[in-house]
Amino acid sequence: MAVLGKPENEKQAPETPALITRWKLVPGWVEPWRVRLSDWGKRTRFWRRRLLLFLAVVGPGVITSNVDNDAGGISVYSQAGAMYGYALLWSLIPMTIALYVTEEMCARMGVVTGKGLSDLIREEFGFRPTFFLILAGLVVDMGNVCAEFAGVAASMQLFHISKYISVPLAALAVWILVLRGTYRQVEKIFLAACVLYLSYVASAFLAKPDWLLAARDTVIPTMHLEGGYLLMLTALIGTTIAPWQFFYMQASFVEKRVSARQYAQARMDVLFGSVSCMVIVFFIIVCTGATLFVSGHHVINDAGEAAQALVPLAGKWAAMLFAFGLLNASLFAASILPLSTAHVICEGMGFEAGIDHKFNDAPIFYSLYTGMIVVGAAIILIPHAPLEKILILSQVGNGVWLPVVLIFMLLLINRRDLMGDFVNTPTFNVVAWVTAVAVIILTLVLVYVTILHPSGMPGTSG
Amino acid sequence: MLHATDLLGGEAYDRDGHFVGQINELFIEPADQPNRVARVLLGRGKFLPLIVRYDHIAFVAPGVIRLNVEEKDLEHYQPNEAWLAMRKDLLDQQIIDTSGRKVVRVNDIDIAEQRINGTVELRVTQVDVGLTGAARRLLHGIASPGLVQGLATKLPTRVIPWEFVNLIETDPLRRVKLRITHQKLERMHPADLADIMEDLSPFERQSIIASLDEETAAEALAELDKRLTTQIVETLAPQKAADILEEMDPDQVADVIADMTPERSRDVLSEMPGEEAREVRELLKFEENSAGGMMNTDFIYVGEAATRDEVVAWIREMDVDVERLDTVFLIDGTAKFSGAVSLGRLLFAAPDERMESLKMEPLLSIPPDAGDKEVFELFDKYNLHSLAVVDALGRPIGAIEVDDVVSRIRNR
Repeated sequence: MAVLGKPENEKQAPETPALITRWKLVPGWVEPWRVRLSDWGKRTRFWRRRLLLFLAVVGPGVITSNVDNDAGGISVYSQAGAMYGYALLWSLIPMTIALYVTEEMCARMGVVTGKGLSDLIREEFGFRPTFFLILAGLVVDMGNVCAEFAGVAASMQLFHISKYISVPLAALAVWILVLRGTYRQVEKIFLAACVLYLSYVASAFLAKPDWLLAARDTVIPTMHLEGGYLLMLTALIGTTIAPWQFFYMQASFVEKRVSARQYAQARMDVLFGSVSCMVIVFFIIVCTGATLFVSGHHVINDAGEAAQALVPLAGKWAAMLFAFGLLNASLFAASILPLSTAHVICEGMGFEAGIDHKFNDAPIFYSLYTGMIVVGAAIILIPHAPLEKILILSQVGNGVWLPVVLIFMLLLINRRDLMGDFVNTPTFNVVAWVTAVAVIILTLVLVYVTILHPSGMPGTSG
Repeated sequence: MLHATDLLGGEAYDRDGHFVGQINELFIEPADQPNRVARVLLGRGKFLPLIVRYDHIAFVAPGVIRLNVEEKDLEHYQPNEAWLAMRKDLLDQQIIDTSGRKVVRVNDIDIAEQRINGTVELRVTQVDVGLTGAARRLLHGIASPGLVQGLATKLPTRVIPWEFVNLIETDPLRRVKLRITHQKLERMHPADLADIMEDLSPFERQSIIASLDEETAAEALAELDKRLTTQIVETLAPQKAADILEEMDPDQVADVIADMTPERSRDVLSEMPGEEAREVRELLKFEENSAGGMMNTDFIYVGEAATRDEVVAWIREMDVDVERLDTVFLIDGTAKFSGAVSLGRLLFAAPDERMESLKMEPLLSIPPDAGDKEVFELFDKYNLHSLAVVDALGRPIGAIEVDDVVSRIRNR
């Protein structure tokens, strides 16, 4: 502060600013409540602070895990329920662990290095591996995007809306969402979409399942040494652990600028995400298991068909909720998959990426994003498109892609020059490698079966 | 012209044409010459790798180097931190393009050869960040060299001359050894510098902020996203953080410090000079979204009885940041806020005109606890450039400027 021509009255010269308090007349009963409220506030301060710290980070983990339950995933879960009832529920617990272990490593790499997974692979393994990894990603994700729009078409058909109206509208909505938004806005919308998955919980309750039996089958594993059962188990894992999700999650932690200091919260986010993802899977399987399986309707081809079949068995509302869940999941994944793919490609190849850029700053990013949505939606609209083949191709691609990504991840996370003290502990390494090898073997089995016996294959895409 | 891709993985032969080893790495020694390839590392399978000095090279072609010495004259390789390794430090890494003001990734490195009495010197001329480099990296060793070359000429090129390449090295010791300075970054506009920093990882941001001079660092931080600013300042040493914050406006400092943990903010504030720390502490008392939280305590006020010439002479004498100055506030005999005079009015006033006759109508001010919405409305309605904040006694305690308003509105 500087002053010229100081007033004669020195004492009143401005020195420290004083706060103005605006007094208002308040009724007498307010005061005791105010005191009670502030006491409660003080007592819960510790937990509120914890919660706030967590809420500042929450998002990437929850969103990524929930997108796993996309159209392809829901198809497989409904099939699992219809075909084997509750008999596959036990696999959800090991799957939760596998999901958490793999995703946690990505979250850790993201917050510690501040770089995306494709960035790290490019910097540490060079151009060519990155290029092929990215190419595989593009092919696989393209197939998955098709599956999502197929999910939109199937669910809207249940509401008697033609796919020629629903799919273009969905594509446009998804496209605008990302093009017009900033990361923070888009993340809020995605988090809201996660909540809508609860429609599956409602739909499961409407199906009036035998909860006791479901609970028992979740805790006690039952093995059927029979081809179809094992294959279904493999498909469950194949749709749940998909390589693109690692890229997406790491990139979102980076874009959200979560720092290593917030690692504990980031890990909670991932844990919460993997558990909530599996809880939804539980309800989907219970819903179809209690209705389709019990009434002998064992064979369904996709989630849309499952919703149709629910109408006579569990009532119109359960079917509607089921279809609504499918629509939400498809839309959700249809916006995230192209986004993630564009991210991965641009990061790895060194183009500007991220929805916080404007179109002119990141033309390749936005072109890729737009292109994938347009192509994905267009394929669904072609009459008699070879949809089955596309989905099988993306499933195979997934299986080939996943082992490579997992191995790169494990190599990177153990690099002390990148991760410092955040490298895997020996125990975690054992768990991580066992998980990775198990997932890789199961996925390769699925690829093998997909190529040799495409007709007998449950599920379609991840 | 050669490319790093052509040479790396190529073969080296000695004077007599005997095979010596495979080219594994090219080194520049920035302390000696900024762009000359000073050393070539030859890998020899299970034998110790050898190092070739620049004056040992007699001939270079894509995939081949011939030396003018024998194998036994070459030294064994000793890792040297002061050497810039092209494969490890440059290829596939991010660099800052100081002419295009962007963070880019290196796809390939262009190298020129120069014949100097019997030896060939290799000099790095530019780095390739476009599709040509990408195509070479992808196809090298798979497609025929002619095909790669043909394809490369058809693709659009994107190259950055070597003198505009700013390396990002997070280890401060190695940065000194490699002679990496950020002088070119310091000459950039702070907003561009902030954009660049947003594209980097936390370590890289940290290392750049730490190596910039305090003034530039402060200007760049002021342009950054507030979350990022807090994150960066928090990880700096308190002394360094205080030095940088001193260069910022108190209201920005208050915003940054408000989001830090209490212990950190206490440490940083205690490192700042008393006067400034006091101003920041005062500002911290206000809600962030109130007029008090938006205001700046660096402003100019003069007695309303002063003449135009007195004021101009006084501003000249005081070391005022003239670029930011656009309004002079007035106080009356009792130190109460009594008006504002825009710089334009001051400029064209008669030399002996009194300030009170120049003041703008209507007389506007706002209490510090007013909400930001109220502030925005006032700025919008009266097309203000700045607005005085006054305390309960009507004394001016700060000023809100239009750029504060713009950035608040944008961040809502």
